[in-house]
Amino acid sequence: MSLPAAPAATVAELVRGLAAKRYSSVELTRAYLDRVAAAQPELNAFITVTGEAALAAAARADEARAAGRGGPLTGVPLAHKDIFCTEGVLTTCGSKMLANFVSPYDATVVAGLRQAGTVMLGKLNMDEFAMGSSNETSYFGPVRNPWDTARVPGGSSGGSAAAVAARIAPAATATDTGGSIRQPAALCGVTGIKPTYGRVSRYGMIAFASSLDQGGLITVSAEDAALLLGPMSGFDPRDSTSVDSPVPDYTATLADSLDGLTIGLVKEFFDDGLDAECGARIREAIAVLEKQGARVREVSCPNLPLSVPTYYVVAPAECSSNLARFDGVRFGHRCESPKNLTDLYSRSRGEGFGAEVKRRIMTGTYVLSAGYYDAYYLKAQRVRQLISADFARAFGECDLLLGPTSPTPAFRIGDKCDDPITMYLNDIYTIGANLAGLPGMSLPCGFVGGLPVGLQLIGPHFSEARMLNAAHRYQMETDWHLRVPAAFA
Amino acid sequence: MSLNRADIENIARLARLELTEAEIPVYVDSLSRIFAFVGELDRAPTTGIAPMAHPLPGLAQRLRPDEVAETDHRELYQRNAPRVEAGLYVVPKVIE
Repeated sequence: MSLPAAPAATVAELVRGLAAKRYSSVELTRAYLDRVAAAQPELNAFITVTGEAALAAAARADEARAAGRGGPLTGVPLAHKDIFCTEGVLTTCGSKMLANFVSPYDATVVAGLRQAGTVMLGKLNMDEFAMGSSNETSYFGPVRNPWDTARVPGGSSGGSAAAVAARIAPAATATDTGGSIRQPAALCGVTGIKPTYGRVSRYGMIAFASSLDQGGLITVSAEDAALLLGPMSGFDPRDSTSVDSPVPDYTATLADSLDGLTIGLVKEFFDDGLDAECGARIREAIAVLEKQGARVREVSCPNLPLSVPTYYVVAPAECSSNLARFDGVRFGHRCESPKNLTDLYSRSRGEGFGAEVKRRIMTGTYVLSAGYYDAYYLKAQRVRQLISADFARAFGECDLLLGPTSPTPAFRIGDKCDDPITMYLNDIYTIGANLAGLPGMSLPCGFVGGLPVGLQLIGPHFSEARMLNAAHRYQMETDWHLRVPAAFA
Repeated sequence: MSLNRADIENIARLARLELTEAEIPVYVDSLSRIFAFVGELDRAPTTGIAPMAHPLPGLAQRLRPDEVAETDHRELYQRNAPRVEAGLYVVPKVIE
């Protein structure tokens, strides 16, 4: 496989190149579309490529720039996770259920990034309904990790992470319910940010677990994330949990000094489950941050080890309610010749959903059913409160928390398919932030056996600017985020 | 905690999911494992702890003025429907 050269290393570089007229948006878009086409058989990162529409949008971006209109992002190509509704374009959520669904409207995130002038290359592969940690549950087949195509890219935003890692898209949107941005970012050696719950609108983002879902980004660098996060953030009256608070300019504070920043090392994140070599990479990263002026102290979140069982009650409960809308009546898959209405519902859903989605719907149905609600659902909500309180206490002592993103580097495709619990435990370090609604990031911090390792930062609510600042300072001193897998260089 | 075949059939019926014969033992096994795993929560003392339904407590549900904000998009929306006649969604007969 040989790929045409990537036009630039980062979005920041594309922004400068477009402004200096080193290339047009049409040239850029064509170059990325060529890379997408060359890499698709190997990676399967895309579900839909919208080449013609992308070139037309790029031509409009070039016209706008020529007329002196547009902003810094005008003409920058990117790709959207296929969980975001895109008007007139197939939006499958990685499921047979929506394999023929053409969205009649745009998600707020998609509209915001379009208004900022970005050009959509297409829609990215993902675990079905974002339920998975390896991208193996997609109806459209697994995505492969560009660092080793026998391995998973992580999930559920596996297409987003693989596309950015292989530089076939300069940046990608993604979503995170229990780690679905941060874990694939870690496994593919790219930067991922999950903002505070309520920061980014969920309108048009197909719902999995509504009290946990949050849209965000997978990019090469923290600087790229800062450039793109603004246009996709902010209050949206169409999302009842959108938070009405001003969006800062995330690029303004990127290079601020880290003097006086206190970083808490979460004791529970450095447990027996953490691969020793991965742990060593995290310790090396801590030393880099200390050299930048950060102070480091150990903190404890004693209830954090209960975050995975808490999540596997709360998330399936919300999933079973949200996915009740897929009934074979108004949109989505419908079975052949239904005998009656119940048969229509049951067979359409039985055929349209994959194995993991059915498992979660049934888990959720059970914990919400009469006689079990208190024992499982209310109990989990109480433990969720304890976990959130642990974080709140920790943030009384420090500004950001730090730990690994994932216990191991990328595993082999098929290795963890037999036991759901083994798969669920991949998200042991990421789920806590979702339960508490906190922003989190994953940054590339080195390699183990040729595979990338991710460092996780977690901040208090609405501390994205501070987190991006720490991440950017780290990336000024290191170049792990600029490494590209040899086959895709 | 262990579930049996009848439990799985009942849950699937409540969830309106038709399962194949081959799927049932798979879910008996994996749901039993999941409930054994989440049973760990019993160890956490939670007396007097309020259940947390929302990650940003204190955020009140907003109300909007009672004004028409949406126009009719029926035709556009029905383009995704499996079966439509005369602007109506067609399903099997419900009332004999």
